[in-house]
Amino acid sequence: MTLLLNGEPRQVAADTLAEALAELGYAGKVVATAVNGDFVASRLRETVRLVDGDRIEVVAPMQGG
Amino acid sequence: MASFYGFEPKSRLFLGTAQYPSPAILADAVRASGVEVVTVSLRREAGEGAAGQAFWSLVKELGVRVLPNTAGCHSVKEAVTTAQMAREVFGTNWIKLEVIGEDDTLQPDVVGLIEAARILSADGFEVFPYTTEDIVVGGRLLDAGCEVLMPWGAPIGSGRGLNNPYGLRTMRQHFPGIPLVVDAGIGLPSHAAHAMELGYDGILLNTAVARAGDPALMARAFASAIEAGRQAFEAQPIEARDMAAPSTPVMGKAFLS
Repeated sequence: MTLLLNGEPRQVAADTLAEALAELGYAGKVVATAVNGDFVASRLRETVRLVDGDRIEVVAPMQGG
Repeated sequence: MASFYGFEPKSRLFLGTAQYPSPAILADAVRASGVEVVTVSLRREAGEGAAGQAFWSLVKELGVRVLPNTAGCHSVKEAVTTAQMAREVFGTNWIKLEVIGEDDTLQPDVVGLIEAARILSADGFEVFPYTTEDIVVGGRLLDAGCEVLMPWGAPIGSGRGLNNPYGLRTMRQHFPGIPLVVDAGIGLPSHAAHAMELGYDGILLNTAVARAGDPALMARAFASAIEAGRQAFEAQPIEARDMAAPSTPVMGKAFLS
């Protein structure tokens, strides 16, 4: 299916958010996630099933004021 | 010592981590100034990207407390979701809550700010709201659960100093027991000293240090000015007056004319 990862279309074979993150290269990284604008805690990523067109936001620490 | 949700830092300078020439210079500025709290943010990271991971390692090495922000959020929903993500990534209930209402001045949307503060406080966050010097809004933020208020000095990054010293003084007098931090718009150590002389509990700034020619030296200058301003407040400054008042006693002066 096609997901919108941080605004860019990406093809994945994954069913769940946890699988999608691993497939997209985020394994072991400190990131937080949201699906379609709603926060998904890391412990719930395995339970969130994705569907075609889902918008996934993956963010990491960054400098800020 | 002022208490920010139970934390009592020795340094009253809170420093932003953005816009430094290099991570090493950021680290120098933090160490040189004795800062104990730095602000951080969240941004999109690609799977192959490593910038965020490297930055997080640096902050952890510095051993300082982090205050994540919701910079760039224009809606309550965005700000709340960003705060939730920040809590998980940074492992803190602290959140510098920004809900921006207008892009020319980056003025807070105080209506959205109050609503977001209520939602986040109820969810266990310890909210540091970036607000204006409006005391009615300040009262609503306290009602919403905030225990700290952070009025702006001037628009973010402008370096103008205190645009409304009267309003900031009024706010200090209106909320005598509430920790107040001037956040944004500070350009010079003298601006920070001015806010501290008014009785503010701390200063949050970023650009004035990060964009200085020598950020570490400027961070030290701010730390000194903030300490001096605080001492001046505690020492109870004199009131200004319009006419001269001789400081040298006139009694006993020789009569020479």
